[in-house]
Amino acid sequence: MSTPTDRLYTKEHEWAKIDGQTAVIGITDYAQSSLGDIVYVEMPKPGASVERGKPMGVVESVKAVSDIYAPVSGTVAEVNASVEDDQTKVNNDPYGEGWLVKVTVRAASDKTDLMDAASYDELVKSL
Amino acid sequence: MLTQPAQTALYRTHIRLGAKMSPFGGFLMPITYSSILEEHRAVRTAVGMFDLSHMGQLLIRGEKAPAWLDSLTSNEVATMRPGQARYNIVTNGAGGAHDDVIIYRLPEYWLVVVNASNTDKIWQLLEASRPSGVTLENRTPQSCLIALQGPRAVDVLQTVCDLKLADLKYYYAATGIVAGNRVEVARTGYTGEDGFEVFASSDVAEQFWEAFTNAGQQFGLLPAGLGARDVLRLEAGMPLYGHELDENITPLQAGLGWAVKFPKTEFTGKRALEKQRDDDAYERIVGLAMEGKAPARAGYSVFYEGQRVGDVRSGSPAPALGGKNIATALVHKDASPLGTTLMVEIRGAQHPATVVQMPFYKRKK
Repeated sequence: MSTPTDRLYTKEHEWAKIDGQTAVIGITDYAQSSLGDIVYVEMPKPGASVERGKPMGVVESVKAVSDIYAPVSGTVAEVNASVEDDQTKVNNDPYGEGWLVKVTVRAASDKTDLMDAASYDELVKSL
Repeated sequence: MLTQPAQTALYRTHIRLGAKMSPFGGFLMPITYSSILEEHRAVRTAVGMFDLSHMGQLLIRGEKAPAWLDSLTSNEVATMRPGQARYNIVTNGAGGAHDDVIIYRLPEYWLVVVNASNTDKIWQLLEASRPSGVTLENRTPQSCLIALQGPRAVDVLQTVCDLKLADLKYYYAATGIVAGNRVEVARTGYTGEDGFEVFASSDVAEQFWEAFTNAGQQFGLLPAGLGARDVLRLEAGMPLYGHELDENITPLQAGLGWAVKFPKTEFTGKRALEKQRDDDAYERIVGLAMEGKAPARAGYSVFYEGQRVGDVRSGSPAPALGGKNIATALVHKDASPLGTTLMVEIRGAQHPATVVQMPFYKRKK
């Protein structure tokens, strides 16, 4: 699966697709593939604030619990309820239907250490 | 000093199959090949194949062997019939478990199969107390162990084995020809399904894996890793050393009282276990059915009426129960009766769970 170029990536394998004040957040294909069958997703509730680089939720596979780190700071606007019911979407379509939350980005949120797709691919290749 | 994990004779096969590898018990072992859920389903509905060559295989010979093994373990050894296999616990002086093992009574020797992480410990323990006339051999490095588990395991193995497997009873072993080699075949396993474990020389490991893969094609065989194996054994209510049983958790606490034979003559830890039984105040392993969707995981705290009463020892979603979350926990006696509602703390939030009878899953005979 090729890494979409319309968004930014963290070294912890999240992505953020930022459009104006809204960031859609999910995990990368590498992350879902490393985790294996995802069985549980726990995200912050709408209205909760998230801080860039801090854990904001978990994604669990059969055997592993993995923290999800916020790629941006802001307030949760929406949670993808459909992945809470059907976690296989995160495995099958991590960059599309498997998105996790939408965050209203705080104006001052820093994006300097987020990577573009090419840099993220380099990181994954080095692992 | 860190030592590199060892490799089984099937290491290259696992890599070729694209397995995710992880250190376990001193070996680099396959955790999953495709998907833990798919591998689990194969074992419950068809057949799965496991490389268990990391497990220790110790051979004991000599007339005094059964009496000596009886002195070190809580279950009976000398009463085993020829060909029989029996679950047993190597106990310490406090009644805790040095290891849980399967002992096989084979024609030429007793085979003790130990957990990989405990092979050296058990070897040293046996070597230190070995009576004269008894010999001990660690054949693990020259051996492989491949398990076929699931309702179609018998069909797969029968294709390449000269034994009449229908006549091999559960928890018995026999010597037979498999894929042209004389080997030991046991009807044992760790999945809650019917199945077989084949003990052979490491030289034939790849040949056997290939033969089983080919024979298994028409029966839906999948290679399965330790991830699926852990879920399968938890559903089947079987303990995993280091989780439900360890040096500080006795077989009585682990719910393995059936494997503690008090009428047996002296064995290590017998008095401590008798006292624990008589006092009946010990913490014990319970099965938990979680109410919510959040899985319980090893180490999470367990509360009863506001008090911390223990911790989760193993936890996973149970695919055989529609994905319901199950767990084992070591808890105070007061919190252990069936039907008790306990709270499991998950990331700071309390999630209800009910104490239920184990096993969580039982196959239809």
